[in-house]
Amino acid sequence: MTDIINFLFAAVLAACPLLLGTLGETLTEKSGNLNLGVEGMMFMGGIAGLAGSYYYERSAAEPAAWVSVTIALVCAFLCAALGAFIYSVLTITLRANQNVTGLALTIFGAGFGNFFGEFIGNSTGGYVSVSQATKAGFNDPLFPFLSNIPVVGKLLFSYNFMVYLSLAIAIFMWYFLACTRKGLNLRAVGERHASADAAGINVTLYKYLATCIGGGITGLGGLYIVMNSSNGVGGVWVHNCIGGYGWLSVALVIFATWHPARAILCALAFGTLSVMRFYFPSRIIPISLYEILPYLATVIVLITVSLRKKRENQPPASLGLAYFREDR
Amino acid sequence: MNPVNAIELCDITKTFNDIPANNKVCLQIRWGEILSLLGENGSGKTTLMNILAGIYFPDSGTVYINGNEVTIRSPKDAYDLGIGMIHQHFKLVDNMTAAENIVLGLKGKGRLDRKAISAKVREIGEKYGFNVNPDKKIYDMSVSEKQTVEIIKVLYRGANILILDEPTAVLTAQEAEKLFDVLKNMRDDGKAIIIITHKLQEVMAVSDRVAVLRKGEYAGTVNTKEATVQSLTEMMVGRTVSLNIERPEPVDPVPRMVVKGITSYNEEGYKILDNVSFTAYGGEILGIAGISGCGQKELLEGIAGIYPVTPDSSVEYYPDDTGKATELVGKRPMQIRKLGVALSFVPEDRLGMGLVGSMDITDNMMLRSYLKGKLGFTDRNPPKKLAENVVEQLNVVTPGITTPVSKLSGGNVQKVLVGREIAAAPKVLMTAYAVRGLDINTSYTIYSLLNEQKKAGVAVIYVGEDLDVLLELCDRILVLCGGKVSGIVDGRSATKEQIGLMMTSLGEEVKK
Repeated sequence: MTDIINFLFAAVLAACPLLLGTLGETLTEKSGNLNLGVEGMMFMGGIAGLAGSYYYERSAAEPAAWVSVTIALVCAFLCAALGAFIYSVLTITLRANQNVTGLALTIFGAGFGNFFGEFIGNSTGGYVSVSQATKAGFNDPLFPFLSNIPVVGKLLFSYNFMVYLSLAIAIFMWYFLACTRKGLNLRAVGERHASADAAGINVTLYKYLATCIGGGITGLGGLYIVMNSSNGVGGVWVHNCIGGYGWLSVALVIFATWHPARAILCALAFGTLSVMRFYFPSRIIPISLYEILPYLATVIVLITVSLRKKRENQPPASLGLAYFREDR
Repeated sequence: MNPVNAIELCDITKTFNDIPANNKVCLQIRWGEILSLLGENGSGKTTLMNILAGIYFPDSGTVYINGNEVTIRSPKDAYDLGIGMIHQHFKLVDNMTAAENIVLGLKGKGRLDRKAISAKVREIGEKYGFNVNPDKKIYDMSVSEKQTVEIIKVLYRGANILILDEPTAVLTAQEAEKLFDVLKNMRDDGKAIIIITHKLQEVMAVSDRVAVLRKGEYAGTVNTKEATVQSLTEMMVGRTVSLNIERPEPVDPVPRMVVKGITSYNEEGYKILDNVSFTAYGGEILGIAGISGCGQKELLEGIAGIYPVTPDSSVEYYPDDTGKATELVGKRPMQIRKLGVALSFVPEDRLGMGLVGSMDITDNMMLRSYLKGKLGFTDRNPPKKLAENVVEQLNVVTPGITTPVSKLSGGNVQKVLVGREIAAAPKVLMTAYAVRGLDINTSYTIYSLLNEQKKAGVAVIYVGEDLDVLLELCDRILVLCGGKVSGIVDGRSATKEQIGLMMTSLGEEVKK
């Protein structure tokens, strides 16, 4: 029993960065921008958050954990949003090819993260690490008093604040897209630029905002990966620490058929698959087969979604296209 | 009393790639009137209206609304000034409901109140005599329903100047009639309405005044009461044109294609063509009439080898007078071509099946000759020559032969396609709705091209929708009704009523 609870607990922790990445990319794609730079933006968010927190602790006389955590969040969001902003200038204003630009952003972000991660480490002699207090801020349960309730406590109330934050973002984003005027406008932009424009929507503004905010949210996912200590090392820079989570997020957007609330379940499913090998080791099935599972699930979902052809589950119709009003 | 001008345009100029689409155009629209904007394809009507709607920004010139000078930078500015445009290609989001499309981009409470919006949409519908379900998704709607949504969309925004770009091009006659009633209601309500159309009968029936553009320049405005179809055409073209279609007597007709019992089922298993038989003779034009969707498209595509027909159908092609026939059924288009069958096809879907929109004129010419090169390389010279010839002889308005065809206006696209198909020296030429969406002058150019082919001994098959034209142009007219041949009549002696009756009921029933 405890094993299963521990397994589910670990699955949720593993799902959290995926959920953040998926939500950010969903918002981006709803504006018609296919930003393949999620992996890069996660790197950028991760290193910026770590660096912000680290330098704050070095410079402050008595660093407070909550300030450190806040600085990390803000830095991660802004730095990843900056990456998305570069992408936006190139694809929206200069109408560059979105796929190529996104791939470039991934390569750039990975280099950016690893370079500064190691640079800060080297300049301080060894490796960069934030204080125990900050680590605790990122990893301790948000509701310690509730987490002692048997079973339910561990399963529902023992997670760090990032997990609840990502859930809140997911639910808010779902409400925003489904029930608000601005959400409707954003969906229209992604569906058909020209229609949205003719209806008086500022297409460029919507695309910039959705892409940058979406990028910022994926950056929080990167920060989570850096700060999370469930794998033993938290609050330090590990070379290539994002390790494909950004790419999984891009796939998850399709898995969740561009639906933020569904993204919660999909991220959880992927989180479960990715920690399965630690909790159900098998002598017969090699580990590499376990590692394939999330990707295999993506392929199966892609096939089912395209077979069903339900209109509501299709990607935003203008995904990947640039828009110029006076084009003929 | 002279009503104040709703809109006044002064010296509007707009250039695309150094080609002026509008050159110093001046125009006035009054409150409480319907103004028709008339002009040939590519004369700049849509461009001018897009400037009013905020899609294009003019290079120079001024716009006055209600006497005040205004600058329209975006569609939002246009709405704020009370201008609403219903574009020819609807600007709707397919997987949203009608109500969602209508409130798109509007300010209001952050949360969408779908019930209140639906109620207001219904209210507008009732006021002007529309029928629309606000909760229906756009992808479930027919063309006329979509148009209704577009009109309500602009009315919902409080627009009192409405611009409609070719609103009837896709509507049935009854739907168009209904639309005109609505427009008249709105005019009587004091709104200013501009409609762009090619159908001169509609201009005469619905508008109060007619403004004419010619090659991007303003050619004048007349009161509809004082105008005739003939005078308007002359204003549009700038010279006297004969509105009579020539019909030379067929010389020495020989059978070129004998179609026997062609039968076909569509994807749902429904019998779309039922035992259709006819003979096409060289030196004559065979018209095909019918309510749209009665199998015209499938018939032509079946003959061309693109649409599947049952194996017992037969299409015999006679290349010469020796009576030796080639069977086309069961062969793919490439096999048909390799057999040396001189069959040309101008399909209904010009930029889908006929031409490749993103390729230039030369490359599109090459679609028929790309196999002619050596060692896997193509020979670009003949198609380039052909492109130059077609542009010159058919007066295609284009910046050059390297312009992608999708950038050309509808009429010019059609000229390129027809030019290419005729240049292939066909023995049988099939055309589907060859003049759809074309202005009157271009239409007459196409008619005379077909007549030239006829005189050269080609068997021309002309699928058309305008019965007047069919009766003037064709030697014989085959009438389809629900995929069956209702009868074949003589183009010289048949009447419109007779064909109309045959289109709706089969021949045997007519005799009773």
